[in-house]
Amino acid sequence: MLELIVISTLNGVLFGMLLFLLSSGLTVIFSMMGVLNFAHASFYMLGAFFGFQLTKWIGFWPALVLAPLLVGAIGMAVERYGLRNTHKHGHVAELLLTFGLAFAIEEIVSMIWGKSPLDYRVPALLDFPAFTIFSTNYPAYKIFMLAVSVIIFVALLIVLKRTRVGLVVQAALTHPHMVGHLGHNVGRVFMAVFGVGSALAALAGVIAGPALVTQSDMAASLGPILFVVIVFGGLGSLPGAFIASLVIGLVQTFAVALDGSLASAFGPLDPSAGPSVLTDVWNVTIAQVAPIVPYLLLVIILIVRPMGLMGTRES
Amino acid sequence: MTTATTSTSKVAADSVGGSLRFYGIWLIGIFVLIVLPMIFSSGGSLTSFSLIGIAIVFALSYNILLGQTGLLSFGHAVHYGLGGFAACHMMNAVVSHGWPIPLPFIPLFGGLGGLVFAMIIGWVMTKRAGTVFAMISLGIGELVASSSLILRSVFGGESGITTDRTALPKLLGWSFGPQLQVYYLIAFWLVLSAIAMYALTRTPLGRICNAVRDNPERVQFIGYDPHVVRYIAFCFAGFFAGIAGGLAAINFEIANSAYLGAIQSGLVLFSTFIGGTAYFFGPILGAILVTYLQLGLTNLTTAWQLYFGIIFIGIVMYAPGGIAGLLMMHRPLIRAGTLWTVIPSYLLAIVPTVALACGVILTIETVARFSGGDPINLFGIAFNPTSPVTWIAAAVLVVGGGFVARLTWQRIAEAWDRAATVARDRGYLA
Repeated sequence: MLELIVISTLNGVLFGMLLFLLSSGLTVIFSMMGVLNFAHASFYMLGAFFGFQLTKWIGFWPALVLAPLLVGAIGMAVERYGLRNTHKHGHVAELLLTFGLAFAIEEIVSMIWGKSPLDYRVPALLDFPAFTIFSTNYPAYKIFMLAVSVIIFVALLIVLKRTRVGLVVQAALTHPHMVGHLGHNVGRVFMAVFGVGSALAALAGVIAGPALVTQSDMAASLGPILFVVIVFGGLGSLPGAFIASLVIGLVQTFAVALDGSLASAFGPLDPSAGPSVLTDVWNVTIAQVAPIVPYLLLVIILIVRPMGLMGTRES
Repeated sequence: MTTATTSTSKVAADSVGGSLRFYGIWLIGIFVLIVLPMIFSSGGSLTSFSLIGIAIVFALSYNILLGQTGLLSFGHAVHYGLGGFAACHMMNAVVSHGWPIPLPFIPLFGGLGGLVFAMIIGWVMTKRAGTVFAMISLGIGELVASSSLILRSVFGGESGITTDRTALPKLLGWSFGPQLQVYYLIAFWLVLSAIAMYALTRTPLGRICNAVRDNPERVQFIGYDPHVVRYIAFCFAGFFAGIAGGLAAINFEIANSAYLGAIQSGLVLFSTFIGGTAYFFGPILGAILVTYLQLGLTNLTTAWQLYFGIIFIGIVMYAPGGIAGLLMMHRPLIRAGTLWTVIPSYLLAIVPTVALACGVILTIETVARFSGGDPINLFGIAFNPTSPVTWIAAAVLVVGGGFVARLTWQRIAEAWDRAATVARDRGYLA
């Protein structure tokens, strides 16, 4: 039991930090431009596929740098030539543009790389067990993933809170016109933030690709969870996104690891009653429920606290 | 005095002419629905018509949310799917209990299925509009789609629930075995739902929905609660989506978890937005186009969904009013009689635009078929996806066609501005 708790906590924190790499960019982009970027998870997927392809051509370490840069450039192009032109039609049009983009990116990826999972391996340098706890080997690559996420998290915090650039970005979040009047190019700031957000998502994709499955439906399966994270944490709140990422990461990891059901806790139902909704609910294991847990959390938080954990604005 | 009477009589004549034209359009629509299967009587076209009819009801129900109330939902298929399941369960119950309910009444139970779920979940969902509503609808959509695989006794797991429409009591001797009878059943419900949904837009409720879409704060000031208005609109949308789902269950004689999924929700969003949300007939056009393309393209290419994505992105960026918006843009010009000044530049733009489109199609198909090596058949000309000739042709068409097309589009814009100015001078354009 203790083994399960320790391992699941490690995995949960890891998954949570990965979620935060994605949700941080999404949240900053949302609070800055009022656009919820539907294609954010698609940039994560592009990162994983570019990472796979570049690893094949030039090795993992150059890919770790190059793939996020490429995706960041794509993100900037999307902001400059797509969103900026759509802005005059309102936020719904912008959201729909990114929705169409997410759809198109998934199709393009499955067209080029196929629909089946890719053989994206952990680099040889990191392919060894880091330590052994309770007879389970914990892979070094996961420690590497954790380290990268923490480094990015700290770097992001320092850039946003301690540098001049961060000051301009923070000011542009709330008072874009004032920042513009002070002589900063707000359009360029938006483009840069969008690019950095996409690049962070791609970085998450490159490092998550070998550990999780690299497949053309990975964006569609992660995207909704990402939106749950930022609604749960409170739209536009970076600390909220951090807490929500960890909570959802931990909850989902623990749910997958637990095998209990109501039947195993309280004994099986009388079989003569026949199949019904009750027997479905009674016999389902927590692991089977794991995919819907984030959405259940979403519904609960909406009833209890509609603005999200750390959210301040009503809409 | 005489001027006053003539003007009132003119107004009266106008309103008589207007209502004649109004009912004329509906009667023509009904006539077309009746005559269509007599002209195209093959089994394939009957199936297509049935699917298009279902898609129209579904898209119109979605437009109650998106077009009328300004709620962007990414999970509308939930009501469609639950309506389908409700209809399937009802049909099986009718057969096993021997209730005297004939098949044409079944879609109503589908509608009730969609309505009940909308009433349960809607109050929490419609608390907030805009982006938050969009995200919540996505989450609820995923929740229901995933739950449907867990609650096997209701949703039948992966295989779904099957039913037999011919086992129900007959009505006027119709067994609803042949596709033709099913088509007329769908057409009947299509007309009924379309009239009901059009009438809804004319009621005070429909008007206040538009107000909530445009300015919720002012609606609050005049004493309405936007939350309640959104909730009622959400329930109506759920009801009509459920009817569409019930029709689909009758048509396919099965309901499975794919009905509820994100793909179905995305398709209805595409149909509605591509057709145009600002006019009642927009979603009808969109549903016809998207269903037709879906049926036609799946046989021709594996990348058909990408074409949808590209069309959708193009509409969002360049014509947010959709096809209906594009068509209705021309109305003041027709009335002012200045449309003919624009037509030459349209004709001029056709050639490079088609060339650009061919280039894009050739590029996509080259990438899609590169590993397989199937030849690309474009207007009877075969291209080999692995030969450099094809790549050069695609590049020339995209770059050259794109360059010339941009010039001709600018020409259209200029001609359009001139025509619109004249129309404005003549008082046909605000």
